[in-house]
Amino acid sequence: MSDMEKGRVLPQSVQQSAAAYEVVREAFGPAVSDFDANEFMPFFEVLETEKWQDIALFMRDHPKLKFNYMACLSGVDYPAEEKLGIVCNLESLGVLGHRIAVKVKCARNGGSIPTASYVWHTANWHEREAFDMFGMQFTGHPDPRRILCPEDWEGFPLRKDYAVQESYHGIKVPY
Amino acid sequence: MGLLDASFSKHNVVVTSVDNVLNWARLSSLWPMGFGLACCAIEMMATNASNYDLERFGIFPRSSPRQSDLMIVAGTVTMKMAERVVRLYEQMPEPRYVLSMGSCSNCGGPYWEHGYHVLKGVDRVIPVDVYVPGCPPRPESLIGGLMKIQELIRMEQIGLSRADALKKLADKSVDPQQAIERERRAVRA
Repeated sequence: MSDMEKGRVLPQSVQQSAAAYEVVREAFGPAVSDFDANEFMPFFEVLETEKWQDIALFMRDHPKLKFNYMACLSGVDYPAEEKLGIVCNLESLGVLGHRIAVKVKCARNGGSIPTASYVWHTANWHEREAFDMFGMQFTGHPDPRRILCPEDWEGFPLRKDYAVQESYHGIKVPY
Repeated sequence: MGLLDASFSKHNVVVTSVDNVLNWARLSSLWPMGFGLACCAIEMMATNASNYDLERFGIFPRSSPRQSDLMIVAGTVTMKMAERVVRLYEQMPEPRYVLSMGSCSNCGGPYWEHGYHVLKGVDRVIPVDVYVPGCPPRPESLIGGLMKIQELIRMEQIGLSRADALKKLADKSVDPQQAIERERRAVRA
């Protein structure tokens, strides 16, 4: 909890998230980063990407965690770090009531992240969207297709260096 | 003016030209295709509903392109949708008219620069007869556009191309500002 200021009383929701994080830290040690105790969306990062699926399953099933609900999964582009990532917002809906965000990153070119779609079914379409917009692969995904753009669309539109294609099926695309 | 303004003779005979009858019939029962693409569609539905009541113009949305003679492109045309719009347009029997409703289908609207997925104007894929500006246009604007389509139909003749009819319509255009001023003066007087 390096980011936490001494003497500052954290809101109860963040304290709950911190307690949940400690359970994950205890089980996975250096595979997860330190806890970021911001008040808006407390999060931690999965440093060993290949362990993400185990961590996800652990977070869903552990009696002290019970993150039974994936509220959102978003893609992120980090061009400075040459990385792509996802941010998963998890909640324990109706059981323990706490919430936390988890970040997972992979290489920008040809990187892959293990799928969480067998842990939370919500992740299925969300991962397809992240792939559609950013281009990271989700290994083990049951249906790894684009979800919004046409199948034959070129490039990944939400990458910072995205340039739109000149024409699509003979129709001019730029203004 | 319309056919009904012509006077009837004692023998219930009315004399007019074939063009007039055909045009009058067609412009009095414009059947648009019942489909909407985005928020403009909500405004189009509002125009169809009781407050603005398009049926008083004989305009009634049809569920099939094969029964329609007007396509109201109401909303954002995405690249994915563009090909479908073309197919629907090709399924409509001629003579057919296209009204582009709102900024998105006119020119891409708010997505003109960063909307990689938006077609920058439906006129890149199908010919448009009337553009209605607005984001979205109010029902009054849409009705204005539909009346423009009616005027266009009124300009048509057998053997006259659509381009000529549009040119004829442009030549006959009236400056609305003058008409507004005239009305204002009449009210003041």
